[in-house]
Amino acid sequence: MAEAYAQTKPPQRTLLSKLADFNWGFLFLICLVATVGFAMLYSVADGNWDPWASRQMWRFGVGVAVLFVVAVIDIRVWMSLAYPAYVLALLLLVAVEVAGEVGMGAQRWLTLGPVNLQPSEIMKVALVLALARYFHSLRIDEVSRPLRLILPLFMIALPVALVVRQPDLGTAMLLLAGGLGLIFLAGINWWYIIGGFAMSIAAIPIGWQFLADYQKSRILTFLNPERDPLGTGYHILQSQIAIGAGGVFGQGFMQGSQSQLNFLPEKQTDFIFTMLAEEFGLAGAAGLVSLYIAILAIGVLTALNARAHFGRLVAMGVCLTLFLYVFINAAMVMGLVPVVGVPMPLVSYGGTSMMTLMFGFGLLMSVHIHRDVDVPRYAGALW
Amino acid sequence: MVRDVRDTARQAVFTRRTAMASIGAAGLFGTVFWRLYGLQVEQAEEFGIQAEENRINVRLLVPQRGRILDRFGVELAANRQNFRVLLVPEDARNEGVSNVEEALNLLAEIVELSDYRRRRALREAARNRPFVPITVKENLDWDEFARVNVNLPDLPGIVPDVGQTRFYPEGEHLAHIVGHVGRVTEEEQLGDRDPLLRLPDFRIGKLGVELQFDGRLRGSAGTSHVEVNAGGRVIRELQRTEGEPGDQVVLTIDEDLQRFAAAQFEGESGAAAVLDVRSGDILALVSEPGFDPNLFTFGISQDDWAALRDDELNPMVNKSVSGQYPPGSTFKMVVALAALEAGVMHPREEVFCSGHITLGDRDFHCWRREGHQVMNMRDGIKHSCDVYFYEVARRVGIDRIAAMAERLGFGHATGIQLPGERAGLVPTTGWKYAITGVRWQRGETLIAGIGQGFLLSTPLQLALMTARLGTGNAVNPRLVRATGADVEGVAADGPPAQVSLDIDPAHLALVRDGMNAVVNELGGTATRSAVRGRGMSMAGKTGTAQVRNISREERESGVLENEELPRHLRDHALFVGFGPVTAPKYAVSVIVEHGSSGSRAAGPRAREIMRYALTRDPAAMPAIGNMVRASDEDGRQG
Repeated sequence: MAEAYAQTKPPQRTLLSKLADFNWGFLFLICLVATVGFAMLYSVADGNWDPWASRQMWRFGVGVAVLFVVAVIDIRVWMSLAYPAYVLALLLLVAVEVAGEVGMGAQRWLTLGPVNLQPSEIMKVALVLALARYFHSLRIDEVSRPLRLILPLFMIALPVALVVRQPDLGTAMLLLAGGLGLIFLAGINWWYIIGGFAMSIAAIPIGWQFLADYQKSRILTFLNPERDPLGTGYHILQSQIAIGAGGVFGQGFMQGSQSQLNFLPEKQTDFIFTMLAEEFGLAGAAGLVSLYIAILAIGVLTALNARAHFGRLVAMGVCLTLFLYVFINAAMVMGLVPVVGVPMPLVSYGGTSMMTLMFGFGLLMSVHIHRDVDVPRYAGALW
Repeated sequence: MVRDVRDTARQAVFTRRTAMASIGAAGLFGTVFWRLYGLQVEQAEEFGIQAEENRINVRLLVPQRGRILDRFGVELAANRQNFRVLLVPEDARNEGVSNVEEALNLLAEIVELSDYRRRRALREAARNRPFVPITVKENLDWDEFARVNVNLPDLPGIVPDVGQTRFYPEGEHLAHIVGHVGRVTEEEQLGDRDPLLRLPDFRIGKLGVELQFDGRLRGSAGTSHVEVNAGGRVIRELQRTEGEPGDQVVLTIDEDLQRFAAAQFEGESGAAAVLDVRSGDILALVSEPGFDPNLFTFGISQDDWAALRDDELNPMVNKSVSGQYPPGSTFKMVVALAALEAGVMHPREEVFCSGHITLGDRDFHCWRREGHQVMNMRDGIKHSCDVYFYEVARRVGIDRIAAMAERLGFGHATGIQLPGERAGLVPTTGWKYAITGVRWQRGETLIAGIGQGFLLSTPLQLALMTARLGTGNAVNPRLVRATGADVEGVAADGPPAQVSLDIDPAHLALVRDGMNAVVNELGGTATRSAVRGRGMSMAGKTGTAQVRNISREERESGVLENEELPRHLRDHALFVGFGPVTAPKYAVSVIVEHGSSGSRAAGPRAREIMRYALTRDPAAMPAIGNMVRASDEDGRQG
């Protein structure tokens, strides 16, 4: 066996050849989405680059650099780093629990010198890597063995529990859904899926008791926005009014009356999609969603073309994360799901989620560049 | 290349699952597109409207209330500048004080600021958003206002402002006619959908012409469409529609004559009316004592209100149209005319007055206890002989008296445009039976013959009767000459075409002759009320309306003089008159409540009023909105 791996170990590729293999169309789409974000942040600030658009552009620049660096690093390296990264992220989450900064009523940040670290974001990438590595090492018939499922479920449950405690329901849901999605893609038996659904429905009344009051209120308000039209429901109603008022072609750039007159809450972050929909209408909103779909399509194709199971799962993990971001944010501002603090990726103002995503896109590109690389079942064989 | 065969199975499952996940994601994206379509295409219109409602606030522009003017343009109700001090808490903080209280302290060094006002300002500041101006003090005098303006740089957040407030320059003696304005009550809001009534500072008419013509005086609100942000702050004005200012209302009143007539009461309680007998214009309509209508504009204080309410002279009642009094002897002309028309009494037929007349088992007394001896109709009026009129009334019967009374204006509201006008009461046999179920007693006819009993009349009705007697025409009183935005250019309603009352002129001449004798002949009851002067004269009739029953015992022991009675039991004093005697221009009526004697309390006051009216002759002066000058009118009649 060892010889076989030694034989398939490819020759070291030059940096240039790796860059030549880079999917430049993918990068172009990402830049396009980010540009939409810059335009909206410019509009939010009433036609000013400050305070949001300029800083967002800097971050995106850094993000692109991160993307390239991550992309050219061999996926075997990433695989070997998967568990250490996961353990580190978990420790950081514990640290946040102990010594985190409180923002918006939740402990989310660790302040390390000039950098505000949000460990839950690191965990999004780390969890994908760790699960991908774990399932990479399993045969298909091993995936559905109950004993083999205990570890991945714990890998998901631990960070989810820590993030829920912060409390940050949105991120916890992203972690949970992303992790379970990967288990599904790894080929888990359908009976587990059906059983899991049945159990989670049964668990709803129990879980309800563990929610904070504001989280309960958000869910109740989602189910009936008129319950509290001037409180939590206000945001959703105003958001729908603004989107509806946009019509097919929108009110025009910087002309969105609802957004510009502050009827929208947090319009530079969670509700930026609403603003886009008001100013550029159905055309703009559907256009942005289409860009995301194109990025996702490239990601899915990358996953399908990867030789290594680790690469496939990492690529799909990134796609899953992006999809969950886009869908939950869009559905939230249109009143399809309760209000949860999930940004619109690359468009909403904010550094942490952008870094997470750019890192993820870097991994996706790494999978693409190293699509023909064979990866041993155990990382220990890498070196 | 060697492939791990076991990976092939794994890859196949992965590919299948990825395809499923992609289809699932496509489905969820489908719901996003479907939702976008629903919001932005199907419901776009509805949400577009809601967005506009969010964005646009409609603010009302308060129209200027129409003025009320007398016939010559004297302002009876006007709008005065209301100097106010407003405070914008947000500006105060921006200009260097830490809170509203500090800003108020600085202001208090410049103008006096009561604790009440200070508390109210703080409460309002706490309740409103910081950019909403709050009223700190209203109705500053010019000195205070100037001081605030001069010190403005040292007064953070203070904004001097000039508003409008209702003002009654002529004050008390027109209070009942012009009325006053006040805050809108909840019931008034329910009954009137005008959005202006929802404004906290808005005032509406509460009394008099202010109430009766409130709709015309109020005007209509303008609107200002402003764009506001979510916090309610005004960003800009999008559209402005100016409102319509209220119409001006020109009364027939002559403020000068009104003031003079009111002054005649000198603290007595009573009422007077002066009519132009040719047009029916009410030149003066006095109810005394009056009150200061300006007290009500900003809300009357508890003490002031208690003082008005508890005053036994009833200053809040408009006695000229709401007070109902027995007409007393002033009613005798009505009885005489009814008898003449019925042909039951020849004017020269004589009746012997022994001081009383007996009907059944009851004696009916003459005011002159020793009797008038022999009386004919002219003497009966001149001396106001009760026994003579008992006999006349007995012959003509109550129903024919009532019919004549109705023709002369009694028993129904005159239709003058003032709230609270009362109809008075003219009894008939049918009326009494319907109300009490008891048949009419003949004795009651006798009592009615001297204007007592059930009979009730208002001072305005008495003046109206006199005008009708003086002209023979169905004179109708009017209080409003013209209304409109620009009254100078508006044609007044010309004097209504005069319709004859259809009373035999000979009969009228007889009665007028009697009234002339009352005032101008030796022995008349009101000779001290004669009006003398070039072209000036008055004919009239006194009246004394009993407010108590005189018992048989009292008659036997001697009727108490009014002076011996407490005020509220003394007789009302009445006088009606027209002048000049030969070609009447003005009719006047005066009632002095508990004034005891028509000839002493009411007559002389009527004389002064008539003399002033004839001297000033307001009906001949060109009035506002008067397209029909006195001379034209004469020409038309001639």
